[in-house]
Amino acid sequence: MTSASNMPLTATAAIQTDHVTKEFGGLIAVDDVSFVVAQRSIVSLIGPNGAGKTTLFNMLTGLYKPTAGRIVFGDRDITHTRPDRITAMGVARTFQNIRLFRAMSALENVMIGRHSRMRAGVFGSVFRPPRVRREEREVRARGRELLAYVGLRQRSFDSLAAELSYGDQRRVEIARALASDPALLLLDEPTAGMNAQESAALTDFMRRLRSERGLTILLIEHDMKVVMDVSERVTVLDHGVKIAEGPAADVRSNPRVIEAYLGKQD
Amino acid sequence: MSEVRRSHARVPAPEGAGELGAQLREWSDALRRRLPPWWSRALAVVAAQLREWSDALRRRLPPWWSRALAVVVIVVGILLPLFFSQTSDFLNATLIALAYVVMALGLNVVVGFAGLLDLGYVAFYAFGAYCVAWFGSDFFFKAHVHVLVSGVASHEIGIHLNFVLILVCAALICAVAGILIGLPTLRLRSDYIAIVTLAFGEIIGVLAVNGTSVHLGGGMTLTAGNLGISALDPPYFPGLGSLNTLKLRAWYWLILAILLLVLFVNLRLRGSRLGRAWIALREDEVAAVSMGIPAVRTKLLAYAIGATFGGMSGVFLGAYYTVIDADYFAFSFSIFVLSMIIVGGLGSIWGAVLGALLLSYINYYLIPDVLNSIPRDLGLNFDLTQLSFGIFGFLLVLVMILRPQGLFPERRRQLELTAAIAPQDAELSEPPA
Repeated sequence: MTSASNMPLTATAAIQTDHVTKEFGGLIAVDDVSFVVAQRSIVSLIGPNGAGKTTLFNMLTGLYKPTAGRIVFGDRDITHTRPDRITAMGVARTFQNIRLFRAMSALENVMIGRHSRMRAGVFGSVFRPPRVRREEREVRARGRELLAYVGLRQRSFDSLAAELSYGDQRRVEIARALASDPALLLLDEPTAGMNAQESAALTDFMRRLRSERGLTILLIEHDMKVVMDVSERVTVLDHGVKIAEGPAADVRSNPRVIEAYLGKQD
Repeated sequence: MSEVRRSHARVPAPEGAGELGAQLREWSDALRRRLPPWWSRALAVVAAQLREWSDALRRRLPPWWSRALAVVVIVVGILLPLFFSQTSDFLNATLIALAYVVMALGLNVVVGFAGLLDLGYVAFYAFGAYCVAWFGSDFFFKAHVHVLVSGVASHEIGIHLNFVLILVCAALICAVAGILIGLPTLRLRSDYIAIVTLAFGEIIGVLAVNGTSVHLGGGMTLTAGNLGISALDPPYFPGLGSLNTLKLRAWYWLILAILLLVLFVNLRLRGSRLGRAWIALREDEVAAVSMGIPAVRTKLLAYAIGATFGGMSGVFLGAYYTVIDADYFAFSFSIFVLSMIIVGGLGSIWGAVLGALLLSYINYYLIPDVLNSIPRDLGLNFDLTQLSFGIFGFLLVLVMILRPQGLFPERRRQLELTAAIAPQDAELSEPPA
């Protein structure tokens, strides 16, 4: 295991985990994983199916509570923070199998993403003072901007999410995540089901997100071309254990990684 | 998992519905065989023409037409009782129907918007009704509290608050009760929520019956159980006077005012940040909390608001019936209101209105006043009212077979049913914390 586990918790990290473990019954899905994602970096999390990547994501976003260890976002311990609070602090995510609100329009989906930045309560919603009207108008305008930014055609803005093409659904999911003005974006297999060109376009888009919006991006990815292309650092999980970490090129030639993916060579 | 979680949206057809459906289909096939071959084409042409006309009409209507329509409906609603006598059965049925519309709108917030199947809604009817008994009669005879009440009531013993104040009290009490019932359901999923709320409704019903044994000191008890609490103050409005039980028009206008208020709040909430959050939670709780929606707060708000409307309607019905009897608060009431929003179309405000009007008119007008004597006229020895639950069951099954999305479905809900939209819960093996 590399030095990360002994490292002091650094203030410059966007997010870091400190000996995080998650057990389901007897199954250890994530086993004592420590890793650091530097500010404004793009980091890939890779590993065979069932390695615990999505479980780790679910812990970072608060959906699961770690069995042991802690998670620090910026300088705040978020180990026991509720998912909606973590989102409000600036962590946004997408899901492996797209989880849009399928019976809502693309625009409404993005407006939901903005929920944590809005203020209207029950009385504001009912009586709609100018403050609430302005907020609603701004969120709508911002939603349209974001949908255009991720490349959705204007005429699809009011289509129900379920009616959109697969690629467009992925776009809307990213726009929805961006709506909360995150500092850290977690993408769970963003290129799944995409062809080579679409994957390349998404790779460019991730770089743009970092340069234009100053985002830190952590992605789970299976497409090695994307991983090598976009990420400065790669963390590899296998059976819940971190088996390698480092610059993309180094990880690719790491014998333990090759073994995890291809099996042991006799 | 997803199947279980959303089962209330689909409302599983009862046993035997398949056979009934087959029989209905057989009849409709037989009918179709007897019709001339060109009739379906003719029907399609007519339907297309109608659709074209309605589209053309909609295009030509100015943008303010929906508001104008609303104004017309409200004006007609206000003028309606003038066409009926003060004691007409129809007016009686209509104002009870409006009270049920308020109930249905409240339950629709919980079940329709937020997707929390609530089978204990009768509890809020009970709270509302008992608020009238507690704060508007001589039931608490040791107390002497009088706030803005009529001359008669101001000399009586007991607590006597103005009707509007009772409404406010009931709204607050029900909001708190709604949150209390909501709290234990928060970590549960739909079917289990239904069981907890069902139990809560039953507890309140039993408490109402056995309230005679809950002594509050000075010989006063919590409720009068099955003896009922009567001699309730009629609603009194300073400057306008008291409502008379024999003059139904004023009662009608009172419930119409409550209904318009509740309808306004409902419409505003649906198109707001909170309404979107409810629907997001209903569709996919995991995605919703990941997008920053606080699940606990948002769900509790749905329970509180739904309960508030139920309580307000309970206050009206309690005052109108003039007796608060523990027998009213039975499980069947919850089912009756739930049937209304299912028939109307879950999640749809206009569906709730339509469903509540339809079932209330059937129950309070059509069966007792119009069709009741039919079995006797046919020489059978029973009243149709004795069959009312059978009739409702049949209607519900019929709606589920012919139009499972309800009569007036919400656009989204329609899609959920037809496109089999289901959230993917397999990804998470434990509920979000």
